[in-house]
Amino acid sequence: MQLFKSTVGRKILMAITGQLMVLFVVVHLLGNSSIFIGPNGINAYAEHLHSLGPLVWVFRLVMLTLLLVHGIYGAVVTLENSAANPAKYAMNTKLERGFASENMIWTGLLLLAFIIYHLLHFTARVTPGMTLQNDLQGRFDVFSMVVSSFQHGTIALIYVAAMIVLFLHLFHGIQSFFQTMGWNNDCSRPVISKVGRLVAVVFLLGYSSIPVVILARILT
Amino acid sequence: MSDHKTMTLTLIVWRQKNANDPGKFETYTAKDITEHHSFLEMLDCVNEDLINSGKEPIVFDHDCREGICGMCSQVINGVPHGGQERTTVCQLHMRKFKDGDTIYIEPWRAKAFPIQKDLVVDRTAYDTIIQSGGYTSCHTGGVPDANATLIPKEVLDYAMDAAECIGCGACAAACPNSSAMLFTSAKVAQLAVLPQGKPEAAARVQAMLNTMQECGFGNCSNHYECQAACPKGINVKFIAKLNREYLKALFK
Repeated sequence: MQLFKSTVGRKILMAITGQLMVLFVVVHLLGNSSIFIGPNGINAYAEHLHSLGPLVWVFRLVMLTLLLVHGIYGAVVTLENSAANPAKYAMNTKLERGFASENMIWTGLLLLAFIIYHLLHFTARVTPGMTLQNDLQGRFDVFSMVVSSFQHGTIALIYVAAMIVLFLHLFHGIQSFFQTMGWNNDCSRPVISKVGRLVAVVFLLGYSSIPVVILARILT
Repeated sequence: MSDHKTMTLTLIVWRQKNANDPGKFETYTAKDITEHHSFLEMLDCVNEDLINSGKEPIVFDHDCREGICGMCSQVINGVPHGGQERTTVCQLHMRKFKDGDTIYIEPWRAKAFPIQKDLVVDRTAYDTIIQSGGYTSCHTGGVPDANATLIPKEVLDYAMDAAECIGCGACAAACPNSSAMLFTSAKVAQLAVLPQGKPEAAARVQAMLNTMQECGFGNCSNHYECQAACPKGINVKFIAKLNREYLKALFK
């Protein structure tokens, strides 16, 4: 089909799947923030999510599909692009492109590695160094699990580092979505670019704040 | 011009005998260059010296030397056309350089633009893209009445901005992915807004994109390096327009 073969078609698929994952990142951050309410907040939130039953698996399958489409086309276009540009310039001056836009494949692969680790950590709960127990209401104690994990400097550092990688990916990615969908013009493009970068900063600060406040023993 | 101070420059130039030669950099000295020399005139001086000493001159493309033909395909210090805003190599003047500067001169580098000799590349791929849809099919006949098809001023300006593209290849040469998206989008956008181009808009965008891919250009990943390098200031808003035209074509 034209959409899957064409250079712009694949770009649109990558943009839509990427942007849907950004929406997930927004919801996930809002959910995570319930940790600041204390054990009651995040444990109740987690309990509520798990009570959705089969919907949880439908949601996981959708997320997996988004990730696969985005990742596979990301790899394909990167390989095609390096094949289209085999000889590099001796002097390579950058005009508009930057570290973030040039390293999308690497930040993407690092994020993939982080997602696998994150799922093994808090979803499969097979990584060491955390307290797994039920709270007084008999719910799974997510709060203790998260707090006991991030009290380890290494784990907290991995999470903050991953959020820096996410920031770099979205620094280019969010504005790129609007350009690819054609939802911009000459005047709005710089504004969209700035807002996209601001959103990336909000994610960085929002997500990193959790391991940082736990490591600093502000949240215990 | 004898009262002007002259410059001596070191040039590191890509020399390649033919399309199959691996090619290499050679170093030359450009002497007695004034600030009034254009970049190509400076190369002419170097070539005269080379010819006088029995050496093969540096081969480079040029035609109009007034900034409108798009033939002078040279990457100077890593930037197509040398980095002066909205300026082709022929209109780049030596006053932009200082005495003693070292200048790297390379041809466009992209798989779709094979190097023919030294700084000359084959840009047939751009013609191939245009041939696949960068036109309007009109009935020939009598000269149409000038005011038969009215076009609003802002539409006309938009189309003219896109039509400024001279097809020099700097966009693909600057693109880290060697994508010809800015070039392709300029023609797609220009014709998509005009009444003469609208009937074929959907077929055009798909055909030109397919041809771009077949020619061996890469995919656009929104670096916007093309816009910064374009000697005619073609804006990446035309790429956004092409993306919209593509989406419209999908549902036709």
